[in-house]
This record gives sequence, C-alpha cells and structure tokens, in this order.
Amino acid sequence: MPNKKQMYDKGKVVIGLCILVALMTFPFWYNLGKAAPAPEPKLSEKAKAAKECVMPKAYMTSGHMQLLNEWRDTVVRDAKRIYTNPSGKKFNMSLSNTCLDCHVEKAEFCDKCHNYASVTPYCWDCHIDPKEAK
Amino acid sequence: MKSSRRRFLKIAGISALGLGAKPVLDVMASSSETAAPKTAKGENVLTAKRWALVIDTRKLQSEEDLDPMIEICDKIHNVPKFENKNHEIKWLWAEEFKHEFPMQEPDFLNDRLKHMSFLTLCNHCEKAPCVRVCPTKATFKREDGIVLMDFHRCIGCRFCMAACPYGSRSFNFRDPRPFIKETNPDFPTRTKGVVEKCNFCAERLAVGKLPACVEASNGALTFGDLDDPESEVRAVLRSNYTIRRKPALGTGPSVFYIV
Repeated sequence: MPNKKQMYDKGKVVIGLCILVALMTFPFWYNLGKAAPAPEPKLSEKAKAAKECVMPKAYMTSGHMQLLNEWRDTVVRDAKRIYTNPSGKKFNMSLSNTCLDCHVEKAEFCDKCHNYASVTPYCWDCHIDPKEAK
Repeated sequence: MKSSRRRFLKIAGISALGLGAKPVLDVMASSSETAAPKTAKGENVLTAKRWALVIDTRKLQSEEDLDPMIEICDKIHNVPKFENKNHEIKWLWAEEFKHEFPMQEPDFLNDRLKHMSFLTLCNHCEKAPCVRVCPTKATFKREDGIVLMDFHRCIGCRFCMAACPYGSRSFNFRDPRPFIKETNPDFPTRTKGVVEKCNFCAERLAVGKLPACVEASNGALTFGDLDDPESEVRAVLRSNYTIRRKPALGTGPSVFYIV
C-alpha cells in the first residue's frame, strides 16, 4: 500500500496546475504596463476664461454628481433655481444652459472621463446638449 | 496617598476633556464662519397659493383658434408628434363637449357647444388622484397648487394614468427625440418609459412669465391665484358662470370653463 501522503501522477498534475495558473493570469501579465492613461478633460476656451467653476475645481472633480443631484432636487421639488456659491456668485441651476454653456464640448469634457471610468449617466437621455440640438 | 492618587486621576480626566473639546469647538466655530452655498427663487418669480386657469370658450370658437396655443406649448416643451394615435403625447389638446364634460351633457345641447372644440389640459387638481397613487412620489403637488412631475423619479408604472379621470397624462412608449420637429434647448425632452403632462409652465412662472398658452390666447385665457380674492381669475369667476370637468369626482380641478 502506498504512503498516504504520496501524490498520484505528480508530474502531470503539477504541469496541469502550472498551465491553469498561467492561463488564468494571462490577462494580467499580458496587459502589464499597458494601462490606458487617465484622460484629462479638455476645458473649452470659455471655461478657461471664466477661471472658476461653480465650486472649487477639486470639489467639482470629485463631487459634481452630488452637486448636480442637489441642483436637480432643488429646482424640481423646491422650485428654487438660483444658486449662490460661497464666493457670492449667482448661477441658474441648469445642466444644459449653465454647465454646458461654459463646457461647450460635451464630448471632450463629460464623455471623455465617463467613458474611461465606464459610467453611463442618463442625463443626456432627456437633457439636451445645445450643440447637438443645432 | 490614596486621596492624592484620586485627585491626580480627576485632574487628568478634566484636562483630557478640555484638550478633546478644543478641536470640536474649532470645527463648530469655522463652520459658522465660511459661507455655505445658498439656493433661492429667481427675483421675478410669480407666486400664488393656488394657480388656476379660466378658459373663455366664447372667444375660442373653432379648432383654428386653439391651434396657436397648442403649437406654442408643444414647441417650447419639446412635445413629440407621433402618427400612431396610441403613442400620442398630449399636453394641451382639443376635445369635443361630450368627451370634455360627460354626465354634464344636457339632452338638447345647443349647436354651438355641440360642435365646438374645447381646450383641454391637466387640471392641476386640488386633490389630485395621480399624486395619491404615484408609488415613487415622482408626481407631487407644489405649494402653489401645481401638480408637477419629477421625470427623474418616474418609473413608468402608469398608475397615474389609470388614476387620472381626465386623460391628461401620456406615456412615452418610444424614444420621443426623433419625433420632435424642432428641439427647444432650454427645456429637456423626455425619455422612453416615463409619463408626462402639462406643467402649467412652471419653468416660465419661475422667470416671471405667464404660461405660454395664456400669452398666445389673445385674452381668452385668464391665469391667476384662486386663493386671492383680488386676483384676475377670481374677478372673472365672479362675473361669469363656469363649469369644471367631472366635478362629482371631487378632485377639485383648477381649470374652469366659461361656456
């Protein structure tokens, strides 16, 4: 009777395991170092000239979706449409008419990052890109 | 020895509390100093307790008289035009007497009313059944009486369409965008799978304008605050006999018809 700790067909099993691991990890090492660089949203001339967005850039980068959600609820539910930012500047809370008025190129500004991050916000199912409408 | 150890612990505890409280106080002090963003209504906003519309049908004899109003409404709200009647989207439309006022039809209705087209729209009911049935609160009543829809929240269940006794609501069975002749970039379109209806031009009231149909009506339509005895609508209601659609249902429509 063979020893209980002995492995049957050791050579074949180990080779099989090696092939399995190699196949499973293939996508990782094949793509190693080839990660697509994070896109830099391109600011339109108008946005550059304005220098400042509704809120500081860091907040807009990380929290524009929260801001837009707040705008949406305030406009629809509370019928309040004017937003005064901490520095006292007033804005009409409108995605199509305020955000896109400055960030004219939706494809270069919104879509670039959204595509990279693989997020598909449904804003544009209803809200109009004024450029596309023309 | 015992009592001094006790004193030491007491003092140490109080000091720790004091040190711990400082950052908290700092945060509280700073949060009250920096200005938080504020939201407000526009300066020209038109407000009321309960908006209402009076339609003087004596001044709107034929369907041609209604067309300019319907046209401007469809245009500014991006209402699509479908050939298929089953897909029709209606905000403001024409209806004949027997459909407009069922159960209120006298046996011998005069010829003028019998063949007339009545301007029809959402009644912005006082006790709106669509608001009661909406499971997501997408349809809600604003404090100025307007029954408004939050299209973001609509899941397209169509309970509101079943509840509305006036047929004022339409469902988007298809993507409406290809069927909008001329898109108004100032107002969003809708998407497939949501219900829509007249919003009493809430977006125009917010900037101090009267509803588009009222503006295009050449004085046949009167819009104002039903709760204000001095308002124009109340003056018109005082001096004219008016009827409302299906009053027996108790929904309390805010649209009145001078017949």
